[in-house]
Amino acid sequence: MTVLRFTNEHEWISFDNGTATVGITDYAAHQLGDIVFIELPEIGKSLAKGGQAAVVESVKAASEVYSPASGSVTAINQAIADQPGQVNDSPEGDGWFYKMSLSAPGELSGLMDKDAYEAYLKTLDH
Amino acid sequence: MSPNTFTGNRALVIEEPLIFEQGEPQRSGVDLPQAPEIADRLGGLERQGAIGLPGLAEPECVRHYTRLSQKNFGIDTGFYPLGSCTMKHNPRLNEKAARLPGFAGVHPLQPASTVQGALEAISLLGRWLMDLTGMPAIAMSPAAGAHGELCGLMAIRAAHEDRGDARQIVLVPESAHGTNPATATLCGYQVVSIPANEKGRVDLAALKAKLDNKVAALMLTNPNTCGLFESEILEIAAAVKAAGAYFYCDGANFNAIVGRVKVADLGIDAMHINLHKTFSTPHGGGGPGAGPVVLSERLKAYAPVPFVRAGENGLELVEHCLGDGEKSFGRMKGFHGQFGVMIRSLAYILSMGGNGLWQASSDAVLNANYLLARLSAELTPSFPEGPCMHEALFDDRFLKDTGVTTLDFAKAMIDEGFHPMTMYFPLVVHGALLMEPTETESKQTLDQYVETLLSLARKAKAGGAADDFKAAPRMTPRRRLDETRAARSPVLRWKP
Repeated sequence: MTVLRFTNEHEWISFDNGTATVGITDYAAHQLGDIVFIELPEIGKSLAKGGQAAVVESVKAASEVYSPASGSVTAINQAIADQPGQVNDSPEGDGWFYKMSLSAPGELSGLMDKDAYEAYLKTLDH
Repeated sequence: MSPNTFTGNRALVIEEPLIFEQGEPQRSGVDLPQAPEIADRLGGLERQGAIGLPGLAEPECVRHYTRLSQKNFGIDTGFYPLGSCTMKHNPRLNEKAARLPGFAGVHPLQPASTVQGALEAISLLGRWLMDLTGMPAIAMSPAAGAHGELCGLMAIRAAHEDRGDARQIVLVPESAHGTNPATATLCGYQVVSIPANEKGRVDLAALKAKLDNKVAALMLTNPNTCGLFESEILEIAAAVKAAGAYFYCDGANFNAIVGRVKVADLGIDAMHINLHKTFSTPHGGGGPGAGPVVLSERLKAYAPVPFVRAGENGLELVEHCLGDGEKSFGRMKGFHGQFGVMIRSLAYILSMGGNGLWQASSDAVLNANYLLARLSAELTPSFPEGPCMHEALFDDRFLKDTGVTTLDFAKAMIDEGFHPMTMYFPLVVHGALLMEPTETESKQTLDQYVETLLSLARKAKAGGAADDFKAAPRMTPRRRLDETRAARSPVLRWKP
């Protein structure tokens, strides 16, 4: 069964049978505006929960993507590095950033589920 | 909208092609004699084809660059309210001083005995800057603001290493100029971000939680890029010092506090001063800049060479890391810094005098608060409780549900004849509009600007105007450029 969780830094992570996929949320992609450059982690890199995993540059700003969980990178989405607009088109689908194997799957229980994330977004709305 | 003319020109505003698209290769501005036949020794590496320089006669070349310059917009053409940039008037008296033959004609390799006046000018400017900040030492050679940041951090690194305590981390608040984390990274430090509190200032508790014996320095801008004075700066300085770290201040916004606050009283160890902002020399394409750095007693010994010193035979330059310069971290620029910029700033300081500088910073803050007060009628100020310093910050809440974005709003300002303010920075507020009027704008200019922005805001809020805003600017030589495509597939080289 796939578990989908969200961070308050607007990353998502889906976890299924030991492999997790990470990306940025629809909200984050919309806030950034047109994304023009993405720097992805190297395969094999070990990431700590909350540590910098990737960099996203849009026409408005450059910002960091933090890893929602600890583990090591097993795959990256080269397609978004070549065509960053894919993240704007499908942030929670084809626009995923990287896959990782989790070293502490228990960390996911501290993250928000979809309902909690949507409630969180409402608190940011101005 | 392209003009309905045969030439594509808009009256005397010429549709100017690139210089490579003009003239013909065999044409030239000068007649050169035929080169003699020579046997080259290039071993087959000689150029095989034409070099591809444009061929224009002198009047064509002059016209090309004059026409381009007419498309430029600068502080000499109009109001330029970019936040955190201090686009103040550049007095022509500064230019006159810098063109005096004794300043304009000296060479940096002349013997010191022949340039005593120039050394005295550097030294005098340095003394003024130390007086205005209350700091005991200064490095005059950094060539710009970010170069000054690097100078400060290199002095901090040298000081830590000198006591055998190399550290790894530099703390930078969220609202910092992008150059701060860039400088720290270039200097080999890891950057850790400090959040802002709901009042737009550094979150003191969060800062204290991150201060430990790995932290080399805090880089703080004061007043900060929300246009606010860091009201807890004394507590911040004490906490930084107690952790054995140094306190770097980004002096980009010094214009708000000149003559009113002595930097030394705030517990700061190093601060660069953007001569091209606060002290009225041209910048933003008209540069170069200059970024002298004042240093505390704790960092004084590590200042870069060269520096001016009084010797037995008049003023002399300490050029090497020996004697007085023994602990210096070394040299970071060829020769002695941006001398021409220093002369312009010295002319400004001497013509203003101490009281005049005090008046200037007062007027700069007054002008910013005038914008904050009047624009709050239609725009949404991010930190409405209390006055701002040199710049006023608004966010895009007033555009909510209008379909108009900060970018659209800024583009519409161009059609009205105003250079937009800084947009989408600082990142701590949403859709930021950051404006710094400086003291050199009249009330008439500010009123016209305010009325324009209020009318645009009312138009956006009335509804149905989103398409109109999206179509701006209409009357510029080029309409809205495709920034996304330019960033995703930049074309950096012209090819036929």
